[in-house]
Amino acid sequence: MAKMTLDELRALRESKRKDLEKRDVEGKDIQIVVGMGTCGIAAGAKQTFDALVDQVQKNGLEGSVLIRQTGCMGLCYVEPTVEVLVPGMPTVIYGKMTADTAEELVKKHLVGHQLLDNHILDRPAADIMKK
Amino acid sequence: MHYAITDYVLDIVQNACEAHASTVHVQFWETMAWIDVVVRDNGRGMDPAEQVKALDPFHSEPDKHPGRKVGLGLPFLKQAAGQCGGLFELQSEPGKGTKVHFRFDRTNIDCPPVGDLEGLFFSALCMPGCRDMGIERIREGVSGLPALSYRLEKGELAGAVGGLEQVSSLILLKEYIRSQEEG
Repeated sequence: MAKMTLDELRALRESKRKDLEKRDVEGKDIQIVVGMGTCGIAAGAKQTFDALVDQVQKNGLEGSVLIRQTGCMGLCYVEPTVEVLVPGMPTVIYGKMTADTAEELVKKHLVGHQLLDNHILDRPAADIMKK
Repeated sequence: MHYAITDYVLDIVQNACEAHASTVHVQFWETMAWIDVVVRDNGRGMDPAEQVKALDPFHSEPDKHPGRKVGLGLPFLKQAAGQCGGLFELQSEPGKGTKVHFRFDRTNIDCPPVGDLEGLFFSALCMPGCRDMGIERIREGVSGLPALSYRLEKGELAGAVGGLEQVSSLILLKEYIRSQEEG
């Protein structure tokens, strides 16, 4: 790949933006938060963050998903930790979310609207109880 | 303990962002003989007593890791750099910021692997809380690889790709970093 200039980057963004506008993307405002404290980084959170970006793109959701990083979520023993907020679904914190699990997270939770039972650590029960 | 040098760097950058720094500057300089990294921020800084605590593995800021009694970022870095004959320097002043400088001797058998540099720069630029981040990458005299030098400025990159949170923008950022790294 030739070294890209900032102007080329801006032009690329403009062409991609037009492509995205053509798509009718379901489920706006999905948010994924990756814990990136010392504990998360040591457990591979950087690779998880990277893999999540790739998987969201592979599944065509890049126009509707925000991915952020945060510090330690207080669950150091099950890093990497990932919080997922999908409108209409309970907010969930998943643990042991290594890069290999990114595909499952995107396909099952974001596309299929089902929770990853083996990775849930926090929050869904309280949200479900409210319903 | 972190696996790669890039993991140590990301950890220090994350510390800087959590210390309410608005400006963070990272220099990653690689030669055949050593890897030299400087992370400078204008965060809250530490007085001498706090600096001693920051290097104590059995100390952690209570709000950083709720319920945890150990703080391993800087102590592990100091140990890792020291055991491969490198150097570690911490300079900090309350209200002014912190500078962490470390060097790994690549010829030492205990030197950790460099790790994923594109991933490091990508994660660091997307770190929330710091508006003004600059990354300077230099590679020279590494056999089999061409000399390389480039800068990444968070503000202008965020402006070019339209923010650093939406995945469509992050993909463009990744592509840009890869193109710089491949020269």
